[in-house]
Amino acid sequence: MIANEYKELARWAMGQALKNGCQAAKVSLNQGSSSSFELRDAKMDTLQQSAQSRMSLFLYVDGRYGTYSTNRLDKGELERFIANGIESTRFLAKDEARVLPDEARYYKGGKPDLQLLDPNLSALSPDEKVAMARAVAEEAMGKDPRIISVESSYGDGDSFSYLITSNGFEGETAGSSCSLAASVAVRGEGEARPSSYWYESSIHLDGLIREGIGTKALERTLQKIGQRKTKSGKYTMVVDPMNSARLLRPLLNAITGSALQQKNSFLLDRLGQKVGSDKLTLVDEPHLMGAPGARYFDGEGVATERRVVFEQGVLKTYYIDTYNAKKMDTEPTISGPSVLLLKTGGKDLNGLVANLEHGILVTGFNGGNCNSSTGDFSYGIEGFLVENGALTTPLAEMNVTGNMIDLWNGLAETGNDPRLDSSLRVPSLLFEGVDFSGL
Amino acid sequence: MDRRKFIRTGSLALAGTVTVPTLASALPGTKGEAATLVVPPTGSKGGVAAAMEHFGVTDADIRKTMTAALEKGGDYADLFFEHTFSNSVALQDGAVNRSQSNIDFGMGVRVLKGDQTGYAYIENVTLNEMVNAARTAARIAEGGTTVSPVALTEKRLKSNYYPVTTPWEEVVLKEKTPYLQRLNDRIFALDKRVQKVSASLNDSTSHVLFCNSEGVSYYDYRPMVTLNAVCIMEENGRFENGHAGRAYRQGFEFLTRDVVELIAREAVERTSILFRAIKPKGGEMPVVMGAGGSGILLHEAIGHAFEADFNRKNISIFSDQLNKKICNEHINVVDDATIPFNRGSVNVDDDGTPGQKTYIVREGVLTSFLHDRVSAQHYGIPSTGNGRRESFRHMPMPRMRATYMEAGNVKEAEIIETVKNGIFVDTFTNGQVQIGAGDFTFFVKSGYLIENGKLTRPIKDVNIIGNGPKALADITMVADNDAIDNTSWTCGKNGQSCPVTCGMPSALVSKLTVGGES
Repeated sequence: MIANEYKELARWAMGQALKNGCQAAKVSLNQGSSSSFELRDAKMDTLQQSAQSRMSLFLYVDGRYGTYSTNRLDKGELERFIANGIESTRFLAKDEARVLPDEARYYKGGKPDLQLLDPNLSALSPDEKVAMARAVAEEAMGKDPRIISVESSYGDGDSFSYLITSNGFEGETAGSSCSLAASVAVRGEGEARPSSYWYESSIHLDGLIREGIGTKALERTLQKIGQRKTKSGKYTMVVDPMNSARLLRPLLNAITGSALQQKNSFLLDRLGQKVGSDKLTLVDEPHLMGAPGARYFDGEGVATERRVVFEQGVLKTYYIDTYNAKKMDTEPTISGPSVLLLKTGGKDLNGLVANLEHGILVTGFNGGNCNSSTGDFSYGIEGFLVENGALTTPLAEMNVTGNMIDLWNGLAETGNDPRLDSSLRVPSLLFEGVDFSGL
Repeated sequence: MDRRKFIRTGSLALAGTVTVPTLASALPGTKGEAATLVVPPTGSKGGVAAAMEHFGVTDADIRKTMTAALEKGGDYADLFFEHTFSNSVALQDGAVNRSQSNIDFGMGVRVLKGDQTGYAYIENVTLNEMVNAARTAARIAEGGTTVSPVALTEKRLKSNYYPVTTPWEEVVLKEKTPYLQRLNDRIFALDKRVQKVSASLNDSTSHVLFCNSEGVSYYDYRPMVTLNAVCIMEENGRFENGHAGRAYRQGFEFLTRDVVELIAREAVERTSILFRAIKPKGGEMPVVMGAGGSGILLHEAIGHAFEADFNRKNISIFSDQLNKKICNEHINVVDDATIPFNRGSVNVDDDGTPGQKTYIVREGVLTSFLHDRVSAQHYGIPSTGNGRRESFRHMPMPRMRATYMEAGNVKEAEIIETVKNGIFVDTFTNGQVQIGAGDFTFFVKSGYLIENGKLTRPIKDVNIIGNGPKALADITMVADNDAIDNTSWTCGKNGQSCPVTCGMPSALVSKLTVGGES
């Protein structure tokens, strides 16, 4: 939690801002701490520990707007910092669209705790953390003569924020996370040293899966030995739940106010239109208890609510903050997604693959990008050739290329296996008719 | 308010400076004097002394902190103090109407025990907090003999690769805004299809004080500036975006009408070409890498895999290739910290080794990995000065600086003439590599088809993927038009960002896999 003295400091800073020339202001105070322990072959390699605090000021001065942040939280320095920020902001052009949100839209409090913080995390000793990472490594070590290196790690952290605005908003957030990860490298064909990884993460230590991480990392690495390219052509593509969210991100960027206002979005003027297949139903559930990403208010203090983003392929909402709403002369919604759930189907990844006669399973993306204006994308991939429901050849050094609208129109099936430790709960996905380039 | 007055009451306090007026002048050369550091006159303060005063620490504080860092048996410790202030001012919809400033201040303690590292940092630089952080980092060592820190001596930097004429601390916002406005106006003037322009000017200034248990200390003043423009155009209901920018370790003198014009023209050219561009048919084909930004190939295909942390762990595809011939004998590849004003240059790296020029491939032979202190010690050789960190919040690790290939012996046109069916690429957005498997990729924003030895239709939005050792061995021709790309490349590794650049003469890679339609 943010201690009272820091909350008072934030309120004091607000007072300074208003007293010295701001007509409105927002102040946020963020604090956090983290620790990480990395082991190589079950021996300690690096340990890191840290704690940090930062104050950010969002100043509205004579119709102009500037933001200023610092980790120097001494009152004397802050006083000068704020005064100079106000002075600096006066040199900018006026921007009529810069206003605080309407008070009516703020989160007013009173809802139950979202359970995003594990208070017991800080009680864990460094030795216990190292022991967990060691156990992860020991699952893989010595299990195959080709192993070159087993790296494992434990990491945790917490973060707290306090946000106030000059038109009456006051809110706090608290969150924690802990994770265990393993990465295994083996000697492959020639000079190649294939490697792969697995990780588990959780808000609460009790919920952290500790077993099977080293084993899965080794398994995934061994499966990659002998990777090659296959023929270029159109394939059915299955993407596993570690990677499927990557394909959703360009859609999310395309429906944010800043992209739309700058006409840099392939989903411009598409509200209410069908842009994906019937299988594309995506819902934002901000109040899901204990879910990473859950929140009652966004960075502006505006109350979050359940929103249908896509319904059977039809685009139902844009993410528009106060500023861009004013600029576009439209109603604001919320500045961005919280917890996104893509509607699941009946099978897991294995089930989707088992029914696939001929296709490619993607288990990793390697670089690539998507043109934000047009939706044209091209990504490097690795994975497996699927023939008659079986993984026959490990693949790498191939590209998948297309357009986001075509891709999502080709979504034929969704799995039932999203990772619950992500704010983007996207299961395994199956797309028809996707262009792969290889040989 | 006149400028000088504003500096006194304004930007200095904005920078959070509390003890000394400005550190810019503490490093001779930063005021446009000789590029070589001058020893301060006897009795006056050197850069280190001024920096210690700035960070509010004494010799005794540093000694106490070092002693705590080594009390568990660590064999080496260093302290890294940093004070960075950064400013961003941006234009959208024709008006310079947004600005952001940030101050970051703190110190990190690193303790080494063999290859092992302990690290902790603090933001509130007091003796008590420094000693606590040191004790946290010290935990990496368990037992062993205790070494004592050696008394500090200032390390004099031989060269300053980025002397500043007008430090950003002395520049107020209103002096910057006309350049953004002009950039906007020039882009709109150059093409009627322009719909939107975003332009931003980012500057940052870092004061770095480093000292270690071997008694080495130095002070470095690190400026950085980036000017970027994004242009959105519309043609018959179709939209495309293009980007151009320049980044250097320079002060306010970077901003000229020429650089604004250069960026404006590039942004417009890069966007307008996209309306004529197609996606090529995908698959394996010869790729001519155009001079400049194609250095991304070196960065991804070999640069990362040469970083010695991966090699000491034996997990790079090049781990066993040192001193072996890996490509054509006409190829020389350099990773360089010494190019004047280059975004990737460092006077001294972040673990105390002077900036230098390192040949990583000489006449086709892998001659050196890229080392920091830990990997150099592991291999029993001197560090190549590649130990870099994002900030005081991070421990250093081997990172690239400016990575480029030296000029070859043919003309670009001769290279293109040899290709029957392939592509020419020269504009990129991002790349990635898998160190162990060697597979690397880079995304091509635009280029051209090559048909029967001639550039024909423009192409766009395709990813290219290859395998590091194979791609390097497949470079069959190198042109004489070597060039460094000075756009704002930022390299990410293990969660840390580092400013870098890359460069290359035009070169033919006989076979890479190009994304496209089937």
